[in-house]
Amino acid sequence: MLKFILRRIMMMIPQLFILSVLVFLLAKAMPGDALTGQLASNPKIDAQTLEEMKEKLGLNDPVHVQYARWMKNLLQGDLGISYIHKQPVNDLLAGRMWNTILLSAAILILTYMIAIPLGIVSGRWTDSWADKLIVGYSYVSFATPLFIFALIMLFIFGFKLGWFPTGGSVDIQVEKGTFAYYLSKLNHLLLPALSGALINTVGTIQYLRSEIIDTKVKDFVKTARAKGVPESSIYWRHILRNSFLPIAAFLGYEITGLIGGSIFLESIFSYPGIGQLFLQSILQRDYSVVTALVMISGLATLIGTLLSDIILSAVDPRIRIE
Amino acid sequence: MTGKPILEIDHLRVSFRIQDQYYAAVDDVSLTVNEDEVVAIVGESGCGKSALALAVMGLHPPQKTKLEGSIIFKGTNLLSLSTSQLNKIRGKDIGMIFQDPLTALNPLMTIGRQIEESMDYHMKLSSMEKRQRTLELLKRVGIPNPEKTYHRYPHELSGGMRQRVVIAIAIACEPSLIIADEPTTALDVTIQAQIMGLLKELQQQMKTGIILITHDLGVVAEMADRVAVMYAGEIVELADVETLFHHPLHPYTRSLLHSIPSAQTRKEKLHVIQGIVPSLQKMPRTGCRFQSRISWIDESKHEPNPILREVEPGHWVRCTCYQHFYFPHDHIGDVGYGIS
Ligand SMILES: Nc1ncnc2c1ncn2[C@@H]1O[C@H](COP(=O)(O)OP(=O)(O)OP(=O)(O)O)[C@@H](O)[C@H]1O
Ligand SMILES: [Mg+2]
Repeated sequence: MLKFILRRIMMMIPQLFILSVLVFLLAKAMPGDALTGQLASNPKIDAQTLEEMKEKLGLNDPVHVQYARWMKNLLQGDLGISYIHKQPVNDLLAGRMWNTILLSAAILILTYMIAIPLGIVSGRWTDSWADKLIVGYSYVSFATPLFIFALIMLFIFGFKLGWFPTGGSVDIQVEKGTFAYYLSKLNHLLLPALSGALINTVGTIQYLRSEIIDTKVKDFVKTARAKGVPESSIYWRHILRNSFLPIAAFLGYEITGLIGGSIFLESIFSYPGIGQLFLQSILQRDYSVVTALVMISGLATLIGTLLSDIILSAVDPRIRIE
Repeated sequence: MTGKPILEIDHLRVSFRIQDQYYAAVDDVSLTVNEDEVVAIVGESGCGKSALALAVMGLHPPQKTKLEGSIIFKGTNLLSLSTSQLNKIRGKDIGMIFQDPLTALNPLMTIGRQIEESMDYHMKLSSMEKRQRTLELLKRVGIPNPEKTYHRYPHELSGGMRQRVVIAIAIACEPSLIIADEPTTALDVTIQAQIMGLLKELQQQMKTGIILITHDLGVVAEMADRVAVMYAGEIVELADVETLFHHPLHPYTRSLLHSIPSAQTRKEKLHVIQGIVPSLQKMPRTGCRFQSRISWIDESKHEPNPILREVEPGHWVRCTCYQHFYFPHDHIGDVGYGIS
């Protein structure tokens, strides 16, 4: 098991390397650089000063030298300096990273809290009115783009009803570390998390539903019934356990989806996380931040895949990792 | 062989709902199984053998299936029981062996747990006793190294070994009736013989009644006391095994027996009646259902509403067409099996 994990981590290195080259080249190929942005806002800078600044930042070096320098810093945990925010990317990310992880975890928990009961009801009582309702809900949420849904939620529950704050991750007045602080954090988290979860549940509900429908007609379920096992145990011990397998294994892959979703959610709810920062940085051509974030999400995706494989081997005896 | 009846199936009809209409897959079947008796059910694929077996076990999905008639097991009509009442009988008094050992076991449960599970509900045993009993069962069905197998998962066992486990599950609570639905069809030929040998040995030790569904007439000859031949949902002939093999009457039975390739006839052409069992929706519901497959026999020789008639004590045949049946000389097929 440990050997497997180590081998997989070794395999990530070339994947991350390729990603880093692509990201770096792409960032370089984009029109303009961070200084172009500053130039526009500050016409007083003359061409010579600009050239000096470029030289100082190493922007005139050959591409491979720039890449090597970036890579060397990256490996030392230095993600570079944001030209826009005028501070190290590391500092910029620190707080936001936690906010995003918090939001993603909340979405994931809410997703499973909603999707698992609904999926079970839907799969067990197929074609009942409850099933039809649930399938209807999943069609609607499948057809609704996340950002539109999030906007509607924000409008209704944030602005119209005023039940939830409309932005930020915590009230400014509350003192860090107090109970009120955590309560305020939770309060800010709830609306974006719920918006994300309500859209995110579809996949899990449909997956679970069809797994249950497939599993309940399997031969081994007949064997269990022929043993005289009561219906409730038939479901828990035989059908649901087998149906949960792919869901559990999918958990790691969810990470990719959550990263993508956080870009919309955080931007719409002005939630200071890395998704919001990502979008801002692209718009402001703050490439050192963009490249850092792409690398981080690439790493997170790879770790998610590994996590899925580990979970699957833990829950399914047919899959053993040596 | 002449024990008391333990299972009496009476005018059983099993119908499946297909697009708001019910179609009978088992039609007016009456059959008795006595204590310590092996009754074989033979017939082509799709003739309703599994549908019959599953009806006895109460394993048909209730929303899609209609069951009429009665199935009396030791004095109780199984068709009138609720699921929880039925659960007190199945696994305890009736055990079932399924066709495909590769899919009949839960992939996520150890062999030991799957055998013990039926004891959980039918026997008051401590977990130590259950374990002990499971190990004995594993030994009894011929599994080498029971201690180790107890902790194994199904995928770690071969098909033959898995079928032994399925048998162990079926006999775990010493049932008085076992229903075996083609227990060897999915296995290699050599393994088939071993499993049949095991089943026969267990039957002799435990004196259970067995309903043995099979395609293999060799197995029937070796194991069965009585044989029911099914065609298109109906029993067309019912007799003890000697009578059936030596004096088959119904054209369908005769064609089945004709189509066993034996050592002497291997080189010759065999009589095979062409055609297949019609699908549920296309099945003729009146007259002799075999009529279309023996078209050279004059229509007037069939009964308009054929019934299963006792032509000699213990020998039942459906329809009168058997009295006039002959194999046509130009109707000789290639070497093949009347039943697939
Ligand atoms: N749940 C069901 N719904 C609809 N039709 C069914 C269902 N189960 C069986 N049938 C149909 O009923 C008929 C009898 O099927 P059954 O499985 O009993 O045949 P069988 O004699 O066991 O065949 P085999 O030798 O292939 O196992 C077939 O035409 C089959 O298609
Ligand atoms: Mg069958």
